[in-house]
Amino acid sequence: MLALLTRDLRLAMRAGGGFGLGLAFFLLVAVLVPLGVGPEGAVLAKIAPGILWVGALLACLLSLDRLFALDFEDGSLDLLATAPIPLEGVVAVKSLAHWLVTGVPLVLVAPVLGVLLNLPVAGYGWLVVSLALGTPALSVIGAFGAALVVGVKRGGLLLSLLVLPLYVPTLIFGAEVVKRGAGGLAVGTPLALLAGITLAAAALLPFASAAALRVNLR
Amino acid sequence: MELRVHDLAVARGGITVLEGLSFSLGAGAALVLRGPNGVGKTTLLRTLAGLQPAVAGRLSLEPEEMAYAAHADGIKAVLTVEENLRFWAAVSGQGAVEAALGAMNLADLRHRRAAHLSAGQKRRLGLARLLVTGRKLWLLDEPTVSLDAASVVLFGQVVRQHLAAGGAALMASHVDLGIGEAAVLDLAPYRATRSAVQAGGFDEAFV
Repeated sequence: MLALLTRDLRLAMRAGGGFGLGLAFFLLVAVLVPLGVGPEGAVLAKIAPGILWVGALLACLLSLDRLFALDFEDGSLDLLATAPIPLEGVVAVKSLAHWLVTGVPLVLVAPVLGVLLNLPVAGYGWLVVSLALGTPALSVIGAFGAALVVGVKRGGLLLSLLVLPLYVPTLIFGAEVVKRGAGGLAVGTPLALLAGITLAAAALLPFASAAALRVNLR
Repeated sequence: MELRVHDLAVARGGITVLEGLSFSLGAGAALVLRGPNGVGKTTLLRTLAGLQPAVAGRLSLEPEEMAYAAHADGIKAVLTVEENLRFWAAVSGQGAVEAALGAMNLADLRHRRAAHLSAGQKRRLGLARLLVTGRKLWLLDEPTVSLDAASVVLFGQVVRQHLAAGGAALMASHVDLGIGEAAVLDLAPYRATRSAVQAGGFDEAFV
């Protein structure tokens, strides 16, 4: 399991591994939105939580189709499926690697980009907390989508259509946490729901993903 | 350890390709599968490896006893030869990486990135992976494709050592593998006669 994690991280860091792809996209969104919307601070402050969360979500989506497709193409997935580690574990570890490579950098860079969007000071802490709690769900749900479309040529479009509706609750509650936090309101309820989604997805979806992979490997 | 296959039927894309197949393979024995293209050699190996369910029949061994080597070697181009092999050794919980590198004559290439290997060298790396799985029964699909004559001899030696250590090998191939003592099983007589669409599962109803 640990070997798989270190291999996936190593693959991401080497040339062409896709590390930084999501980060660059997130950066572009946060830089371009103020240019498009205009410099009024009040407007930007109002839309900042939503923009930052949408940007993080789409940045996660960007690298998903590689999650299993690369292993499928070079035959590693067949070999992993016949290896002594359970396929559910493979899925969970690969989701974790995806989160470490995509989600964690987004969490870390988000406060910096919050400055560009004139996010109210009170919102920074909640932005980091909500992204840290919510992005694991994006990776786990995304892994399920990637498992469903593995083996489909140009499965990226299908993957987006499958995964986006599943991302909606995470987006709503995540952005709500930041919005309420920035406004100085209580954030307990959306934060608990966000954490609940993440925990439920992490607990259940690896089994669904492994089942989908088994069907697709036949 | 003995693989006994009884009255096995396997399907590809919802269509039964082989049926009524029975054979057994004991420790120290090798069996070569022959038959024309599309007869179901790869499908049979994938079924035995547990990657797809059998349509009918019984197997005496669990897939956990078998190591499967497919057409694709499962090599990551950006990792070096040694990193690739160490990964598979760690996944299998084994450690004989140095021995495997030596056995397939890869020691000089250990720091080379897999992207820079030739097709034959990649295949040798794929075969070296078998040595680090620690599994008894090898399921090999066209193992000598793109190997040169010297490497085919090397492959023969590795398989013989595996057999001598109580292992077994089931190989699908069209060419002579250089393992004279291996028995040959021609799959053509087991070709399914009624290649009707199976009503086995809902996913196959759409094929």
